[in-house]
Amino acid sequence: MIEIKNLSKTFRTAEGEVEALKNVSLSIADGDIFGIIGMSGAGKSTLVRTINMLERPTEGSVVIDGVDMGALSDKELRAKRREITMIFQGFNLLMQKTCLDNVCFPLKLSGLRGEKKWREKRAMELLETVGLADKAKAYPAQLSGGQQQRVAIARALATNPKVLLCDEATSALDPTTTASILDLIRTINEKTGITVIIITHQMSVVESACRHVAILDGGVIAERGEVGEVFSHPKSAAAKRLVYPEGDAAVSAAVPGERTIRVVFNGREATATPLIAHMAAEKGIEANISYASTKTIEGREYGSMLLGIRGGGETVRAAIEYLTKSPDVLAEEVEPDV
Amino acid sequence: MFEKLFAPEVLEEAGMIIRTQFPLAIWETVYVTILSTAFAIVIGLPLGVILVVGEKNGIRPLPAWLMRTLNVVINLLRSVPFLILMVLVFPLTRLIVGTVVGTVASIVPLVIAAFPFIARLAEGSLREVNPNTIEMAQSLGASPMQIITQVMIPESVPSLISNATIAITTILGYSAMSGIIGGGGLGKIAMNYGYYRYKYLIMVAAVVLLIVLVQAFQSIGTRLAVKSDKRLKNQG
Repeated sequence: MIEIKNLSKTFRTAEGEVEALKNVSLSIADGDIFGIIGMSGAGKSTLVRTINMLERPTEGSVVIDGVDMGALSDKELRAKRREITMIFQGFNLLMQKTCLDNVCFPLKLSGLRGEKKWREKRAMELLETVGLADKAKAYPAQLSGGQQQRVAIARALATNPKVLLCDEATSALDPTTTASILDLIRTINEKTGITVIIITHQMSVVESACRHVAILDGGVIAERGEVGEVFSHPKSAAAKRLVYPEGDAAVSAAVPGERTIRVVFNGREATATPLIAHMAAEKGIEANISYASTKTIEGREYGSMLLGIRGGGETVRAAIEYLTKSPDVLAEEVEPDV
Repeated sequence: MFEKLFAPEVLEEAGMIIRTQFPLAIWETVYVTILSTAFAIVIGLPLGVILVVGEKNGIRPLPAWLMRTLNVVINLLRSVPFLILMVLVFPLTRLIVGTVVGTVASIVPLVIAAFPFIARLAEGSLREVNPNTIEMAQSLGASPMQIITQVMIPESVPSLISNATIAITTILGYSAMSGIIGGGGLGKIAMNYGYYRYKYLIMVAAVVLLIVLVQAFQSIGTRLAVKSDKRLKNQG
């Protein structure tokens, strides 16, 4: 259990004080995959660095399994950090060492210096877990980005940590590689029960990997909850900006003479009937899809659409009535800006 | 003048001096250079480490007055011309070696001149280590000493070798200058025969050999630096 209590962090810069985090409180359950999402500059990286005290909070505390991280001595903190390891956007491998030596590195740090054979055996097992046993003797420069991140994951797991912090771990990777790295993280989470905290600016990463999410905006937690819930009913302005990146611009761009309905899919079964086509067939209401972004998470549909409906208020009301009859679908008329 | 330079008796004399004196002179130059560089690295590398890790935002901040003193001392030693420095350190040389003239005695001023230079070069190399790599080591519970010995130094080996090569060629030049205080080697021969006795041919031969030595050290150093760098792709 990770408890972040009333955490604030202020940086002193030449231009004055910058409040990166303001009174942040969060608790993250053991074994969870927890996403922290926000725009750049929202304070995500600062927040994740306060968890292992790479960044000392100005106020507040981080308590992991009852241990106040801020109260530990340097030596105790170093020992504790072996239980809370981290992977990074830039992989941060030792470029002059082989993959095997990179994975051995945290074991060597932990004082098991004499046991070289044991360390290498453990490192090989981990490289097998991440599917890179054949690259043990290769140097990081000879690997692709995705492979380097796999080595970094093996390294992070070497000391059998309880928590894995992922700081924009997939931001430097292409979508296919991102998916395979997230797959690996999920598999490891299921197998070992490790708690995973994923820092990202990408909605897709949270959707495909996380169970819970917190939205960080301007150093403040704007919203938190289960991923499906937050992404289907975004309440805060920050969450709406993330979920409906089309914003008002798309609404105002609607065709003249049409009225606009926003349809939100809130975990509707992906195999259910094609909703919009059926509305046309059954009710004779033709909808012009001006924007759609839907995703399937664990067999359920999430996302939103903007429909342009021709006709008066009667038609729009009928359409909304038809759409909302379907379970896990919300519909509302939205006003164009202009 | 030129007919005199290449007169048969001049050529014969030069040939004799080259045969009898040069082998020892080359050896003296090489061992003084290598020994001085080695001692200077022993002192300079740790100072370079301190210059980087002891900063306010370093991994092991040291008191500001200590850092300031260290920087001033290094800059001071680097500003003194080598010729003057050799004379200035006479008392120290006498204390360590027992005499102030001769080949062994010339090692003391060479080390004093070279270690501040090497400290600055090492500082530059160590600063090249990606701060994210250091943060990674911290996140895995590395102590400052472990970061220095297992991350900063190993990760900057290629750059350290390149800079050691620059140092060794510079020290070679200084060692030639130490001929003035009786330090042996090619510098002394160039000075004694060429400068004091106007035997220009000997002087030219000694200078050519110095150039060859610099070239040799430089190409060996460059090759080692490239070979040690695992960041270059397609290596075995």
